[in-house]
Amino acid sequence: MGKTLAEKILSTKSGTDAKAGDIVVCGVDLVFVQDTTGPLTVRQFQEGHFPRLARPENTVVFLDHASPSPSSGFANDHLLLRQFSRAQGAVLSEVGDGISHQIIAERFAGPGDVIVGADSHTVTAGALGAFATGMGSSDIAVAMALGKTWLRVPETFKVSVSESFAPLVGAKDFILNLIGTLGADGATYKSLEFSGEALFNFNISDRLTISSMAVEAGAKVGIFPSDVVTMAFLDWRGRGKDYKALQADSDAEYERVLNIDLSQLEPMVAKPHTVDNVSPAGDVKGVKINQVFIGTCTNGRLTDLELAAKLIKGKKRHSDTRLIVAPASRDVYLSALKEGYIQTLVEAGATVTPPGCAACLGVHQGVLADGENCLSTANRNFQGRMGNPKSFIYLASTATAIATAIAGEIVDPREAI
Amino acid sequence: MTKGRALKFGDSISTDHIIPGRFAHLRSNLPELAKHTLEDARPGFASQVNPGDFIVAGTNFGLGSSREHAPLVIKMCGIQAVLAKSVARIFFRNAINLGLPILICDTDKINDGDELILDLASSSVKNKANGVTLTFGKLPGVMLKILEEGGLLNYIKNHGDFEL
Repeated sequence: MGKTLAEKILSTKSGTDAKAGDIVVCGVDLVFVQDTTGPLTVRQFQEGHFPRLARPENTVVFLDHASPSPSSGFANDHLLLRQFSRAQGAVLSEVGDGISHQIIAERFAGPGDVIVGADSHTVTAGALGAFATGMGSSDIAVAMALGKTWLRVPETFKVSVSESFAPLVGAKDFILNLIGTLGADGATYKSLEFSGEALFNFNISDRLTISSMAVEAGAKVGIFPSDVVTMAFLDWRGRGKDYKALQADSDAEYERVLNIDLSQLEPMVAKPHTVDNVSPAGDVKGVKINQVFIGTCTNGRLTDLELAAKLIKGKKRHSDTRLIVAPASRDVYLSALKEGYIQTLVEAGATVTPPGCAACLGVHQGVLADGENCLSTANRNFQGRMGNPKSFIYLASTATAIATAIAGEIVDPREAI
Repeated sequence: MTKGRALKFGDSISTDHIIPGRFAHLRSNLPELAKHTLEDARPGFASQVNPGDFIVAGTNFGLGSSREHAPLVIKMCGIQAVLAKSVARIFFRNAINLGLPILICDTDKINDGDELILDLASSSVKNKANGVTLTFGKLPGVMLKILEEGGLLNYIKNHGDFEL
């Protein structure tokens, strides 16, 4: 019997003939923490009396969640993480460098890697063919110290795509639709493996959007095979040597197969307070929106800022709707400045916040008031996520977000633009 | 065998319910952080817990973030185990790593305030209120060992490495 992508990667990394259901011990190619999970990880590392990192050059500390620090509590957490990084020789990604998952895509991840991070959206790196999954601080402290972790080899759902997207419909609509189909726990413990003739329709930005949200269906990983799109991206980043061929075997065993015709998809919105509470944007049109947020590991890339700028050029945000834009990384920010996207967005009334997780997790830079509605390109709309349990979060694509910012209420971008 | 009361929750209790991002600045002040455990889902939760009580929940408990603070503050409140119909993956692993048992069973037969008697050895929970005994499955070997040895750090101290 052939192997799925997850079985292939974990077989290679564990040196065993790994099949779904097996428990294996694997070396890790990259291990990381961020500023809300890092301090507890450091505490666990010290409590475990671990003398040093197994591979400092492959251990990264990201200051991205509360960045720059909004309070003395966070400032002291940042100080602790800087001191730990310096003492242990870990790679430090400073305030303003951007979101861990974006930087991992730009600089570290490649096909066949095993990546573990103290952040649930670690799954994002599956876009580049990595087996990448989030864990808590104890697991990450041990992975940092031993250079390995234990994993149960997941069963796999194959998601096979055909045809191509209609205009103003894209990867975010695809993944929201899929989560609506599966349910927020429909893929718990599973690997989501993307497949099909039409995968070339997804550029790396699209793939990162899709993989980042695999966890919102409960999945352990969301993996793409490697192909010419992967190779071109790694070449562009000066990392062509990181390319490896990675394809599932044609006789691999799947627990479930889903076939999705991309041409049939329409703009989707996830309504409060769960990600699987989805409906077509047209079904919620007219809902007044107080704040639109474009950013995050799901939709804060150059392609998002480019689309947002093109759609709003020459127009303004609605006077009752705040528009907050956060580039995912310093590189994204610099490219968007160079291309004039930032200028267009600012002229249209946007507030640009620094590269990082920004308003997504409710600590700063866009906390909502009681009773307010936000339409966000992020990945989570849980009650209280954006800092106020009395507010409401809708999730959608960048196209729907910018059209909504102009209209002041939720619209289907195909009708509005 | 250990007794405690059931504190009941519904489906889809996320890590943002358990410990919201707006308290993230307290993450290095754990006793203060623990006072806010689950307060958006059940106001006053932390002060209602008697040591040894159980959280009893529906499906997909603990979905969302990887924050290990979530099972940590639950444990600090005095909860001895979480019973749920299903649990999100990262929360499950984090709880076991901290020595907090997760028991998967049909929680419909437990009401808020019921007195429960847990018998880990026989993988069962008895509800004194209605006499129903619920059974739960065994953990995979490596997780059972980690739980029995009081969490992942103790396990690594004892073995120096993962032993499968």
